Amino acid sequence: MSLPFIIIAVVTLFAAAAAMSLRNLVHCALSLVVALAGLAALYLALDAQFVGFAQILVYVGAVAILIVFAVLLTRSDATPNQAILAPGWFTGIVVSAVVFATLGWAALNSPGLPKKMPPAPEATVKNIGDLLMTRYVLPLEVIGLLLTAALIGAVIIAMRDDSPKAKIEDGGLKMEKPSAPSSILHPPFSSGGHV
Amino acid sequence: MTPLQGCLLVSALLFAIGLAGAVTRRNAILALVGIELMLNAANLNFIAFWRYGAHPEALTGMMVVIFSIAIAAAEAAVGLALIIAIYRHYRTVNLDEIKNLKG
Repeated sequence: MSLPFIIIAVVTLFAAAAAMSLRNLVHCALSLVVALAGLAALYLALDAQFVGFAQILVYVGAVAILIVFAVLLTRSDATPNQAILAPGWFTGIVVSAVVFATLGWAALNSPGLPKKMPPAPEATVKNIGDLLMTRYVLPLEVIGLLLTAALIGAVIIAMRDDSPKAKIEDGGLKMEKPSAPSSILHPPFSSGGHV
Repeated sequence: MTPLQGCLLVSALLFAIGLAGAVTRRNAILALVGIELMLNAANLNFIAFWRYGAHPEALTGMMVVIFSIAIAAAEAAVGLALIIAIYRHYRTVNLDEIKNLKG
């Protein structure tokens, strides 16, 4: 393991732990940005340039901004006064420690893991685009459909509940408005005709 | 410890941190952040096995991670929309106070 890898990994893990343990939600979101950028650096260290930049664009650029917007829209940006952990937090910590112990034991004791790095593959954008348009074209289409459905679904879910009712009321007012002036205007004309 | 095992340990620790945050924090947004961290830990595993595996020129692990990032973005958008809808209904995002299925 090289020194840059260790430094990036330590920064990423500390930022992730901070994102999960700080009290103020805005600080949590900022720590999450550091953790995701550290992961992008890990991808770059593993010769996956395209994935690293996609990680920066999608996670650091879009998902982190989405989370900050959600924090501000739900007005949870102030530091909470009550406890930040759920009542059964100790069980949760124990369960995640057991999960880490199991995964770490499996990673350290598996016999067939490759020992050294093979020469860096040619993972250019051209190769990736070729594969996306030939071998992986069906998953690509499915992802496009999924993203469209998720986009429409997110908009529909986040719309206000009372919007249809308000729209009908607005429409009713608009329907009445043209008729109201004519009924107001009518008597002067008729009265003028009589006089 | 080989470099691959180092990657796997980092990814396992990241997964455990995300899991601990997702199950212990009271705020619904932070539960979602924990889920994102777990997804990223899985992505790191895919990249590590792709890089140290037998045929890296096939780019299989990289493709899986690209699709996984797209799915994670869709999941984050829908999840945060759900949290905003819940906040509008209950006026809170505290998971302990959201108990009723029937609003």
